[in-house]
Amino acid sequence: MKVLVAVKRVVDYNVKVRVKADNSGVDLANVKMSMNPFCEIAVEEAVRLKEKGVATEIVAVTVGPTAAQEQLRTALALGADRAVLVESTDELNSLAIAKLLKAVVDKEQPQLVILGKQAIDSDNNQTGQMLAALSGYAQGTFASAVNVEGESVKVTREIDGGLQTVELKLPAIVTTDLRLNEPRYASLPNIMKAKKKPLETVKPEDLGVSTASTLSTVKVEAPAARSAGIKVKSVDELVDKLKNEAKVI
Amino acid sequence: MTILVIAEHNNTELNAATLNTVAAAQAIGGDIDVLVAGAGCAAVADAAAKIAGVSKILLADNAAYAHQLPENISLLIAELGKNYTHILAAASTNGKNYLPRVAALLDVDQISEIIAVESADTFKRPIYAGNAIATVKSDAAIKVITVRGTGFDAVAAEGGSAAVEAVASAQDAGLSSFVGEELAKSDRPELAGAKIVVSGGRGMQNGDNFKLLYSLADKLGAAVGASRAAVDAGFVPNDMQVGQTGKIVAPGLYIAVGISGAIQHLAGMKDSKVIVAINKDEEAPIFQVADYGLVADLFEAVPELEGKL
Repeated sequence: MKVLVAVKRVVDYNVKVRVKADNSGVDLANVKMSMNPFCEIAVEEAVRLKEKGVATEIVAVTVGPTAAQEQLRTALALGADRAVLVESTDELNSLAIAKLLKAVVDKEQPQLVILGKQAIDSDNNQTGQMLAALSGYAQGTFASAVNVEGESVKVTREIDGGLQTVELKLPAIVTTDLRLNEPRYASLPNIMKAKKKPLETVKPEDLGVSTASTLSTVKVEAPAARSAGIKVKSVDELVDKLKNEAKVI
Repeated sequence: MTILVIAEHNNTELNAATLNTVAAAQAIGGDIDVLVAGAGCAAVADAAAKIAGVSKILLADNAAYAHQLPENISLLIAELGKNYTHILAAASTNGKNYLPRVAALLDVDQISEIIAVESADTFKRPIYAGNAIATVKSDAAIKVITVRGTGFDAVAAEGGSAAVEAVASAQDAGLSSFVGEELAKSDRPELAGAKIVVSGGRGMQNGDNFKLLYSLADKLGAAVGASRAAVDAGFVPNDMQVGQTGKIVAPGLYIAVGISGAIQHLAGMKDSKVIVAINKDEEAPIFQVADYGLVADLFEAVPELEGKL
């Protein structure tokens, strides 16, 4: 079966971001960008499905600027067969991205679409669910185990109190949680080979999708800073401070 | 303004997170209806009817909603939601699961994890693991929103007397089915609602050593959390994880033991009122957010702390 994997180019998770002085957003100039960590897990799961003989072809897709080609090349180096870039310079909201992905899903007709559960920049946790709604497919969010069995897929999900397993009819949408797998690194020969794999670029207009949004960002601020704390020298002093100064115990 | 709040529950008990969501609805202002969708969940509807400030309870009691499968419940919420200006749910794994699906069915954007209401159409929410706070404005006819519980003080669970109205609609998309679940058993308070949280990290070294924290937590009436490192190492189950991808907590007191304080962990606990860090590395980033830091070996400090409480 064909598996579609959606990936996103985001600020590297180790970067401590700074809010711009004019409060228009976060300063992304000259900041290291990477593939969203949850998307790496999605790519890894697709590759493992292929290694198990379940998946026959893996298509990586992203919506983003021209530079997002780097993340698609990474996905190709990890084992995706070909890639699609939906090129858009605008910062799009999840619904618009879900609509663009839906257009790609309609064209590619995958049996399984794997996304990360959330992008670490917007922290929205929406796109997979929205894509499932627009496609009319079942969804298995926050997956920690995925087992394709014939015409359905069993997904174990991380929920607040523990784990839940659901069975979904294929085609279905799965979003990955951290525990699903440990993504591999791309080897140098594979990075070289990935440069020759096909990468198609389309525009939102080509897909006939409007990316207009009803949502606008008014401002972005730094969170309130915590006042500096103190170091105590002993457990006695700590207990005293908690009892008499902070009065929390 | 008419607001629909989706109740969080397990078919027998109303989850306290619902009270924080109602508080957010009150900050928006208007009539507040609560939808209780599940199977055999009449007791939940009765509990919801007592929430202060609620106008009406909609009870959709049907086998199709038993496990709140998003394929089914999103159809129900989208159908009922057309009559409302706002649809709110807690930013729990349930709310996060079905609400974006509802938003897409209604063809509107969703606003995730709000921590403050500026006005009926403007909200604050954290982005970049809590390192920036965005103020967002929505022009959508129906505003679909998940609410971060720690951003709003819970409304009173008693005092209201809303009427319960049965909803006949039974939406079954026939796409998915519930197979089973494994819930972690714990006698300690729930992590997300606890007044005191004691968390352990990689510094605990193994799962057995978490006994030190359980024992301290029991003395304090606290919940026990963990960093991702402790979860990945298999010390504790992953529903104990506090952080960007785990639970977001904001207790009165957070005690971080053997946790270095990575950005992703801080995202889950830095709104705690008082933070205590116990770590033997005095350079650990956790000390930059801790109100009280103790540079010490946790294996000596934690039992000593417990003894002196």
